[in-house]
Amino acid sequence: MVPLSYYLILSVILFGIGMFGALTRRNAVGILMALELMFNAVNLNFVAFSRYLPQALMQGQIFAIFVITVAAAEAAVGLAIVLGLYRNFQTINVDEINLMKW
Amino acid sequence: MDMKLVALVPLLPLIGVLINGLFGAWIKERAHLIAVTAAGLSCLVAFVVFFQTLGGATLDWDVYPWLNVGDLKVPIGFLVDPLSTVMMLVVTFVGFLIHVYSIGYMHGDRGYARFFTYLNLFMFSMLMLVLANNYLLMFLGWEGVGLCSYLLIGFWYEKKSAADAGKKAFVVNRIGDAGFILGLFFIWTTFGSLKYTEVFAAVNPELGVGIYTTITLLLFVGATGKSAQLPLYVWLPDAMEGPTPVSALIHAATMVTAGVYMVARSNALFNLAPFSLEVVAWVGALTAVFAATIALVQNDIKRVVAYSTISQLGYMFLGAGAGAYPSAVFHLGTHAFFKALLFLGCGSVIHSLHGEQDMRKMGGLRKAMPITTWTFLLASLANAGIFPLAGFWSKDEILFNAFVRGLTIPWLLGLIGAFLTAFYMFRLFFQVFTGHFRGDHHTAHHLHESPPNMAYPLLVLGVLSVIAGLVLGFPPDHGLYHRYVAPIFEVAHESEAVVEHAVSAATEHAAGASELVMAAVSLAVALAGIGLAYLFYVKRPDIPAALADKLRGLYNLLLNKYWVDELYEAIFIHFGKRFCGFLWVVDARVVDGAVNGSSWLTMRLSAISSWHDMKIVDGLVNAIADLIQGGSFTLRRLQTGAIQNYILAMALGIVGMVAFYLFL
Repeated sequence: MVPLSYYLILSVILFGIGMFGALTRRNAVGILMALELMFNAVNLNFVAFSRYLPQALMQGQIFAIFVITVAAAEAAVGLAIVLGLYRNFQTINVDEINLMKW
Repeated sequence: MDMKLVALVPLLPLIGVLINGLFGAWIKERAHLIAVTAAGLSCLVAFVVFFQTLGGATLDWDVYPWLNVGDLKVPIGFLVDPLSTVMMLVVTFVGFLIHVYSIGYMHGDRGYARFFTYLNLFMFSMLMLVLANNYLLMFLGWEGVGLCSYLLIGFWYEKKSAADAGKKAFVVNRIGDAGFILGLFFIWTTFGSLKYTEVFAAVNPELGVGIYTTITLLLFVGATGKSAQLPLYVWLPDAMEGPTPVSALIHAATMVTAGVYMVARSNALFNLAPFSLEVVAWVGALTAVFAATIALVQNDIKRVVAYSTISQLGYMFLGAGAGAYPSAVFHLGTHAFFKALLFLGCGSVIHSLHGEQDMRKMGGLRKAMPITTWTFLLASLANAGIFPLAGFWSKDEILFNAFVRGLTIPWLLGLIGAFLTAFYMFRLFFQVFTGHFRGDHHTAHHLHESPPNMAYPLLVLGVLSVIAGLVLGFPPDHGLYHRYVAPIFEVAHESEAVVEHAVSAATEHAAGASELVMAAVSLAVALAGIGLAYLFYVKRPDIPAALADKLRGLYNLLLNKYWVDELYEAIFIHFGKRFCGFLWVVDARVVDGAVNGSSWLTMRLSAISSWHDMKIVDGLVNAIADLIQGGSFTLRRLQTGAIQNYILAMALGIVGMVAFYLFL
């Protein structure tokens, strides 16, 4: 059986890629996609722990489904914001959207 | 009918005051309709009340509590007894006649409504004075009449002399009032009440003579001010600046007799203070002669009568001081009639001569003014004390009582005064009404008898001057009047016996026989005075001038009224002015200095305080604000607004926290 650490390492790598994407992407849609990567890293953790921890029943898997659901809603809201941004600024480059900056 | 009607007597004039006072500007020439109606109705009610008292009924009625402070309880209340009724009748009746007279005399004056307002206000105050049932309410009336006197003397206030005379009367009266107030304080502390009934019930010789002497002397100081006795008489001659009806009403018939009334009212107190009685008698007698001598040489017709008033008031006090209160009040009443008549006669003369008051420019008015002349003659005879006119009975009674009580020198002074009175009254009469007119032709053509509304009061008063004494005062000391007022003074006689001030029965008996002799003596003296006046001013008009030349010093002394005014001016007024000057300096230097100094100090202190505020308090506040502003400028740069920066910070933070837990 594949040991738990493999899953966790994969999850960390996935989360790191997502984090990197979220920090470096200039495109708002890109950032959203990077966020999805991080969600999935978390989901992987949930499922892995649900499988490997003896006292766990199904909570981890249920939670993963919740996260997927919320992520879908979040994507919808995020994309709506991106649309709103584009309508107002004719761009989705987050560096150029600095209205709140001092 | 109810005796409480008496409340209407002062109330009616007060209503007149309110109407004329508030709406005088619209009422103008019709003011007399209200004022005279008020005075007339008041007089009518007074008579109604009088008839009710004839059966011996009295009324002591507390209408409502006026002051209620601690133990001091003073009601507004009326006391109706024979004494106050007599006063009430004199005041309302003479007052009413003078109101009527004023219609003619004041006709066309600019202050017509104002005049009648004051006159009614005076009636109200005087009636409160007379009808009050306690000393404080009497004092209210006392001050009220003083105020009216001031207002009416200075009625023609555009004239400086009139305004000054008003002020003088007010100030001199104030001196007397101070004594009166102190007397009231003593009464209050001694007897614990100011109500007549309670005070007189509490009178008790065991308290010692001292307290009674103090109280009565202080009250008498008040009386000398109001009733123009030595040494406070100086205001009354000057008061002649007022309109003549005012002189007749206030300065002859009513207000100036308030002092006599007050002494008579307080007889229970005076009877226990023999020394005070002696003082009263002496002051009265001295004033009677003193004022009469001045009247001998005055040339202003009203001033002669004014000094005569002072002199007659002196007789009243002589009577009161002799313990003959009924006689004093009797003389008060008869004097009110004939002196009011004299003044109204003067007014009639002055009116006819267009304001001329110098007797040297009159003469021979008999033909032009028959009514005035005849009534004036009657009043002069009454004033001189000729049998059987009013003045004879009352004055004779006073002199007789003074003699019987052993006041020989005051009695002698009174007799001399009687001689002088007869002389100056007929000097005036002969100079004004007989001989030839000495004024200019223009005035001579306009000589005329006064209009009916001025003449009728003269006639009524003339009749009263003739018959009042005979009807009310015969036989002496036991006439109708005396039997009427006897109940009030009966008590007095009893307490008199206690201090052994009463005359022994033996003297009384001997006196009974001498009464006729005494009357004859005083009548002879008066006739001698008239005879001398006739000799001087009708038979040999050259004598007075020659005599004045011969006795230049004495003449000047009298003409200048013993220089009393100048003396007072030098002593009191000069001293007063110096004192005021001193006080002014104290004010300017010390008080103002202190005030200015404190303001200077305040300014300095506030300068320091303001510096402290601006530099230290504001500085601190600004420093804090600057610090926060500077800090926030620095910290603001953290807020890049770029989401990714925040996320980076968050990620680093998480890494840091994890590292912290993992490695520490």
